[in-house]
Amino acid sequence: MDRIIKVIFSTGILTLFYFIWTGTTDLYNILIIAFIALVISIIYNRSLFKPMLSPKKWIYSIWYVIFLFIEIIKANFDVARRVVSPKIPINPGIVTVKTKLKSAMGRMILANSITLTPGTLTVDIDEDILYIHWIDVTNIDEKTATEKIVANFEKYLEVIFG
Amino acid sequence: MEWYRILGSIITLIGSIFLFLGALGVFRMPDLYNRMQAGTKATTLGTILTLLGIGICHYEWIGQILVIIMFIALTNPISSHALARAAHFKGIPLTKGSVADKLKEKESTEVEVD
Repeated sequence: MDRIIKVIFSTGILTLFYFIWTGTTDLYNILIIAFIALVISIIYNRSLFKPMLSPKKWIYSIWYVIFLFIEIIKANFDVARRVVSPKIPINPGIVTVKTKLKSAMGRMILANSITLTPGTLTVDIDEDILYIHWIDVTNIDEKTATEKIVANFEKYLEVIFG
Repeated sequence: MEWYRILGSIITLIGSIFLFLGALGVFRMPDLYNRMQAGTKATTLGTILTLLGIGICHYEWIGQILVIIMFIALTNPISSHALARAAHFKGIPLTKGSVADKLKEKESTEVEVD
């Protein structure tokens, strides 16, 4: 049953992407693509991840994307400020933070989000410890760094990935 | 000229300004990791805005543009992470004024255990 839901979900996603990409309105065309998407989903059904079915997770995902976009804009103004100022105001270093997330997917999203947010870049990840290059280190203590860098994301990601 | 063309042009201009600042950051920052930071962030927003501006000018392309934006937002941080990680394992040092390097401490302890 689980596998069937996965296959149907991924067939829908693939068909949707084809529809958006080509902008076709021909029903026959879409049916052929839906069939091919179904075949692909059945072949690769082991590596598909489980769709989120609860509406709470969907709402949190949408909020997360909006939050992330705001963070990206903030990050850009931060970089712009540092780059333009004559004496580049940086205080860089690599610090560790600890994440509460358990799933591999959640950790991947967290690491990538950290890279996109102001002044931080994920260099390496080892189980639940992330090594982060921080452009303006205020405190090398692990707890404080965790509070400052990942706490905001974990609020959302804990709900989304459980 | 239609209003959406003007809006799209303005958004594309803002995007290209961010791309320029990213290039300037790559040029001015002291070491690889800081360059990576400037490069990733500025190119992500710069490319997103540039594409979005084109998508607003030619509204029939907006679907494709949104898909491209999604792929860029997904792949850009992964590529920069891979580059930074490879550089650190290769042993490229941080700049002089760096405060801490916890990853190096971890790597050196691992060698001792072996």
